[in-house]
Amino acid sequence: MVRLSALINPLTALGRGTIFIVIEMGRIAIFFLRSFALIFYRPFQLNKIMQQIYFIGAKSVFVISLTGAFTGMVLGLQGYYTLVKFGSTGFLGAAVALTLIRELGPVLTAIMVTGRAGSAMAAEVGIMRISEEIDALETMDINPIRFLVSPKLAAALISVPLLTALFDVVGILGGYLTGSVLLGISPGAYFTRIETSVILDDVTGGFIKSVVFAAVIVTICCFQGYFTHTRTEGFGAKGVSISTTSAVVISCVLILITDYVLTSFLL
Amino acid sequence: MKKTSIETYVGIFVLLGLVCVGYLTIKLGKMELIGDNNYPVYARFQSVSGLKQGSHVEIAGVKIGTIDSISLDKDKKAVVKMKINKGLVLTDDVIASVKTSGIIGDKFIKISPGGSDTLLNPGETITDTVSALDLEELVSKFVFGGV
Repeated sequence: MVRLSALINPLTALGRGTIFIVIEMGRIAIFFLRSFALIFYRPFQLNKIMQQIYFIGAKSVFVISLTGAFTGMVLGLQGYYTLVKFGSTGFLGAAVALTLIRELGPVLTAIMVTGRAGSAMAAEVGIMRISEEIDALETMDINPIRFLVSPKLAAALISVPLLTALFDVVGILGGYLTGSVLLGISPGAYFTRIETSVILDDVTGGFIKSVVFAAVIVTICCFQGYFTHTRTEGFGAKGVSISTTSAVVISCVLILITDYVLTSFLL
Repeated sequence: MKKTSIETYVGIFVLLGLVCVGYLTIKLGKMELIGDNNYPVYARFQSVSGLKQGSHVEIAGVKIGTIDSISLDKDKKAVVKMKINKGLVLTDDVIASVKTSGIIGDKFIKISPGGSDTLLNPGETITDTVSALDLEELVSKFVFGGV
């Protein structure tokens, strides 16, 4: 009998893990659908949404501009030294703009927003959970998901695409700085190449990605914080720290995975 | 007071974001907001290999329109829908040819003007076309004979 159970145990563990993952995915999906539907529940929480836009969007402008500028500059530098081998440095504008608009803009913006705002959301909601503020909301018949998560979701769905657009434009200017000012490609060639090579589908594709990433960030980060108390690994302050870490890690990984999936659908 | 300043920051942020969105979609994406100042013209090619949606249509090197869509008709020929700027009239004997800018550059459609009196109406098809030059085919013709 001992041998048989040694044979069965790994299978049981595998089955248990699979069931856990499926249940977890279902819970996240329900959490997202509830918080999304509650955005449109009257009366609208415009004031809270605006405060969240300030926190997620307006306060991220500086860090997004900075990362955008340096990403564009390094793309200009790398692209130049690759293209110069073929004598076609005129294509630098197209290379920089397409890379930024299709891929790097949405992905890097989402990862920066995860680091800046997503971690804060997970910690905030997690602390509200362990200090029993969420239970207090429920006692007062206030829907905690509508009160805490929906405004964040609405604000992220508005802010992240705008931040992505900012990232793209600043990145293109950064590529201009290294390509034209530093390495001497004619500015006309740089910007004309961008205009001829970028089509509307590239731009809309980038925005679709950023909207999906916004939903991923808020759902995962708030979900991790919201269910801090059900964690088995730790409780109290330790639970919040685990929630914050896993919120950031899972968000970043999911952003990269959904990016691949979306790209394969969009292309 | 504090609330007003938050509102101002949000306003600045949204405006900044919308300006960037506008630049990307209208200037780079060439989205048409106010009416369409162009008319469609079709052309049928044996091969348009390398031609893309959004590529230029040129006369004498001057851009006069863009390629709207590329599809296949029932005779397995490529049908290219071009959007030509309004105010520019083409005659019905123009020649549309697929050309390359440089050796590895982008493909575009070059239109050589004709001398006929009949004009090409919007939605009509250019009959005289020259397909894309296939370098590989030319090289193989040269190498394996048949020139």
